[in-house]
Formats: sequence, C-alpha cells, structure tokens
Amino acid sequence: MLTLKQSRRLQSLIIGALAWAIAAVIFFPIFWMVLTSLKTEIDAFATPPQFIFTPTLENYLHINERSDYFAFAWNSVLISVSATLLCMCLAVPAAYSMAFFETRHTKRTLLWMLSTKMLPPVGVLVPIYLLAKQFGLLDSRLALIIIYTLINLPIIVWMVYTYFKDIPVDILEAARLDGATTWQEIVRVLLPIARGGLASTMLLSLILCWNEAFWSLNLTSSAAAPLTALVASYSSPEGLFWAKLSAVSTLACAPILIFGWISQKQLVRGLSFGAVK
Amino acid sequence: MNNSIKALVAASCLSLTVVAQGAETLTIATVNNSDMIRMQRLAKTFEEQNPDIRLKWVVLEENVLRQRLTTDIATQGGQFDVLTIGMYEAALWGEKGWLEPMTELPADYDLDDVFPSVREGLSAKGTLYALPFYAEASITYYRKDLFEQAGLEMPEQPTWEQMAEFADKLHQPDKGVYGLCLRGKAGWGENMALITTLANAYGARWFDEQWQPEFTGSEWKNALNFYVDNMKKYGPPGASSNGFNENLALFNSGKCAQWVDASVAGSFVTDTSQSKVADSVGFTFAPTQVTDKGASWLYSWALAIPTSSKSKDAAKTFSAWATSKAYAELVAEKDGVANVPPGTRASTYSDAYMQAAPFAKVTLDSLKKADPANPSAKPVPYVGIQLVTIPEFQAIGTSVGKLFAAALTGQMQPEQALQAAQQSTAREMKRAGYPK
Repeated sequence: MLTLKQSRRLQSLIIGALAWAIAAVIFFPIFWMVLTSLKTEIDAFATPPQFIFTPTLENYLHINERSDYFAFAWNSVLISVSATLLCMCLAVPAAYSMAFFETRHTKRTLLWMLSTKMLPPVGVLVPIYLLAKQFGLLDSRLALIIIYTLINLPIIVWMVYTYFKDIPVDILEAARLDGATTWQEIVRVLLPIARGGLASTMLLSLILCWNEAFWSLNLTSSAAAPLTALVASYSSPEGLFWAKLSAVSTLACAPILIFGWISQKQLVRGLSFGAVK
Repeated sequence: MNNSIKALVAASCLSLTVVAQGAETLTIATVNNSDMIRMQRLAKTFEEQNPDIRLKWVVLEENVLRQRLTTDIATQGGQFDVLTIGMYEAALWGEKGWLEPMTELPADYDLDDVFPSVREGLSAKGTLYALPFYAEASITYYRKDLFEQAGLEMPEQPTWEQMAEFADKLHQPDKGVYGLCLRGKAGWGENMALITTLANAYGARWFDEQWQPEFTGSEWKNALNFYVDNMKKYGPPGASSNGFNENLALFNSGKCAQWVDASVAGSFVTDTSQSKVADSVGFTFAPTQVTDKGASWLYSWALAIPTSSKSKDAAKTFSAWATSKAYAELVAEKDGVANVPPGTRASTYSDAYMQAAPFAKVTLDSLKKADPANPSAKPVPYVGIQLVTIPEFQAIGTSVGKLFAAALTGQMQPEQALQAAQQSTAREMKRAGYPK
C-alpha cells in the first residue's frame, strides 16, 4: 500500500516521464535532421536507418562552396523583421480600437478578418503574380514584405486583441483623466503593460515569415530569395540529396531557433499571459 | 557641405547606372543535379569570356520549377532568360509560341553533331526550341558478381521474361538482396516512364490511331501482370514508394541484383564515393519482349529561351556555349572526361570517353535506336516513348500511375486497375476533345 506522499511522488514521476517522452517525439524530426546532415549521402539513404556512423562535415562544406548562404539569410532577416514591424504597426491600433471601443460589429469583423486565412494561397497566385509584375515587384523584397504583412495581419490582430482584452480599461481611463492623449495612452501605458504578449506575437510573426515557402518560391528568383528558396534548391530529381538537404535545412532554421531560445522567457510569459482568468 | 553630399549622391547614382548598363544579367532557372551544378561552377569561364554578360542562378525542385516556369511564361512575367526544361515541355511550349526558336546558332555549334533523336524530341513541327544539355536512355544495371556466383550470364539484349528468371535465382531477401528493382512511385515521370517502356516491349501502345486508349487489350494486360507479379515476388519491400533516387540508393548499397532505369545513374553506381558495388556493376540494354520498339526511353534536359526574356541574344549565346563542344572539352579538362554531359553529341563518344565510362556504349547505342515518332510495334498518333507529348498527359499519366501503384500494393487486381485506367483515360480524352 502506497502512502499518500509516495503516490504523489509516483504520479509526478509518471507525468514527468510522459512529458519527456512527448518532448522527445516532438524534437525527434529536428534531431534526425541534424543527424542526417552529418552523414554521407549513402548513409543517409541506408535502410534500416543508421544511428551509428562516422560523422562528416562535407555537406556543410559543399553548401558553403555552392551557395552564398549569407545572402539568402540576409534576405530572410530583412524580410521577416520588416514584415513583422509593419504588421505590428497596423495590428496595434486595430486591436486597440477593437478591444477598448467595442461596437456591435467588432466580433463579426474579427471573424471576417480571419476568413481571409481560409483561402488557399495558390488560388490567388496568378492575380498576385500579375500585380507584382505590373508594379515591377517580381523578385523584390518589398513584394514579400507586403504579402507577409497582409497574410499574417489577421492572426496578429487576433493575438494582440486578446492580450489587450486582459488589460483593465480603468488603467487607460486613469491615464486619460491625467490628461494623456491617445498616442501617449498607447505608447506610455498600454504597450508597456502588454509587453510580454506583444513580444511573443512578434516572435510568432517572425517565425511565420521565416518559414513561409509558397510565396517566396513563387515570387522571387535570385535577388530577393530567402532561405526557404535555398532549401528548395537542394532537392534533386536525379541523384541522392538527403544529407545535403538536411544540412541546408539545419542552417536555415538555426538562426530562428537560436533567436527563439534567447527570447524563450518572453515567449512563455506571452503565451501564458491571460491564460488564467 | 550640403552641396557636396548632393554631388556625392548624384555621382554614386550615376556610377550605379553605368555599372547596370555595362553588364547584361541573365537569370537561369535550373534543377539540382550534378551536371547542372557543374555547369554553374564552370560558367565562370563563360563570364570571363563574355564580360558584358552576368549570370544569376535560380535552382529549384523539378516540380516547383515546372510550376514557376508555367506561371511566368503564361503571365509573360519575364523573370527568366534561360530555362532548363525536358523534352515534354520543349515540344509543347514551343508549339504554343512560348519559346524562342533556336535558329542562327554560332557557326561552330555543329548542330549535325547532335543526335537526330534528341534534336527531334526538342522540336515541334520541324523547329528546334531547346538546346540539349544532356540526354538519357533507360538501360539495365546488374551485379556481375552475383551473376557469376549463381553461374548466370546476362545476354547483351535480355528479355523481360529472362530478367524474371534471373531474379528468381538471385532473389535472397534474407541476405538483403532483391532480384529486381523497378520504379513503383506513382507519377507520369516516375512509375509510368518505366511501365510504359515495359508495355511498349510487350507490343502495347497508349492510344490507337483514333486516340482511343488501349488498356483493356492483351498487350497491356500481359505487361502489367508481369510487372505486378514479379515486383511482388522479387522486388524490395515497399516498392510502390520507390522512384529513381530510392532505387539508386538500394542498388548502391548492394540490395538490388538487377535494376532498369535512366542511363544517368551509370556515373553514380560506378562512383566509389557513393556506391558500395562500384566495381561489380554490369550494363546492358533495357529488356525487350515481343518487340524492341520503345523498350528504352529517351529523355533530355535542355536549355530554352522564353519569348518574354529581355536579353534573348545573350541568352542564346549562353545556351549555345553550355551545350557546345567547347563546353564538353572544358568539363573533360577540369573534371575528367567521364563527367562530360552524356547523350547529346556524337563527338562526346570519343575513345577516351568510352574507356572512362563503362556504360557509354550501351547508352550510345540505346540513344541511336530511340525513335519517339515510332514508339510501339503498332502505329500511334502521338510522339514520345515513355510519355505522350500532349498537354493532357501529365494529368492522365499521373492518374494511371496511381492505379498501377495501387495494383502493386495489392489494393486492386491488375485487371481492375487496367479497367479503371481505360475508363478514366477515355473520359479525359473525350473531355479534351480528341480525336482532334
């Protein structure tokens, strides 16, 4: 017979083991990608898959020789950061008005905004391609910045809206009584309070922009091509390519992974912000 | 102070325009395979010889490339100046007026040196629309060591039935060796390429002279039954998900006794850095059965210029350079003669090349025999050996490929698959308005 203390300990042990197991399953694809990137092509294709092999860095050397990684990475950084900032500039005022000056149309507007996410992107490929051509924006970073801003806007407005909803209106009213203008109210009071939530929203937007592959593959060719285009260029119709593809994928997700790691504290705080009411 | 800044800005703007005007930039869309990557590396020589032309490369996955090129050409986007396309696209897009005709080539290009079958495959109504970079046939790869151990001898021209007999004797799944590896992954360019050549060898054809599909005929039935039976008996596990790369990996790791696929694999299976069986690979012709017509396929990756390109002359200069004899000599000099892009020019097949590449003779003879206009024992209304050069074929070929893959996994009987293929193809062809 277990005592209460023992049974609690057992319970937490099981939950802990389960959490680790789930984490391992979720992490496995990334682990496997990194592992494959250190194999030779023939080892990468081996059946059954090999866990023990002689590691090699030749895939990374090959990528370094063949492509200008930093040019692609620079495009990714520039496009993701600009799109995220632009998106936040539009989302914060929109969410502010919806959260604090709610009308009877607000809920419907929110839902309607989200509905644009329900259209498959390929459905508008030709019109957008033609527009980009018309404005001379094919293979330009600006085209991707505009498109990423617009496709992420609904989800970002939603997130910012939910964070703002958790802030008591009284605080803003107090500021207004003290004579704050709308601008001061947002910049001095609202944004500092919602800092955690905004940081995690920005991080999510960054990740979404960083990994977006449909528009970046279709609208860029060389000058504005981000890392997703670099990854796609390593798939091959005739010839073994898994190890090189894994190496280039590792290089492509490394910057955002490291950035995510550094801002983990903000992210967790932001995601759990407002979780308990 | 202010004025000097203005002057500086103006001067730098001016110098930028001068630079921009000085060099013409070509954007080249291509796929990732070893010959193309080599071209990208060696193109520095071209830039040195032509200082007024700069090259930019866009490497894409084959299907993404096809989608991008179609979008760009259809909308006249003008994103690309040189396209890497296959025989299927060259003929169809050329006919539609999307590609520049390849006329007025440099005097030393020597178009007559290019194999007639390859040239015709890249032409529509007698006009050449793309310059071949490399071409491939399908050939048979086998393990000489296993054949010797079993006391077998591979004839120069095997039949499919013989291949099955050999497979029976060589199949040792407990030792990790499978008798016969063939493509099984569904797709018009995947399993259907192989199955169509197999069916051609059995005397089958895709359409009769009135564009009626012939899947319910005895030829297709024999061919598909052979394919399904023998792949189930002697194929590797999970054969229905194997395409070129998967079979290449199996063969290179010593798991296939026999494999029929693209001749381009010759350089991979003999490369000691990626093949465990490099020293014991034998090469022979693709199997025949009742006929040798259409038993080996013909495919070529070629360079074409879209009509939307803004630098057509420079694009032609580059395309001609990359497919010239001079380029072949450059590759031979820098990377060795065995790495010269195969299958396009008679002059490539020098004595030195034949010695360096043991698969060269089989490839050369297969390419010479290939005749896309007469792919079957019976007359056909279409052009193409392992494919039918009509715009509808991508969709039709892939849906038939799915049915045949289902027959291979046992979800369907071969007869059912053929019946369904007949129905769906007949419906699609009727909808598309054939016979035209």
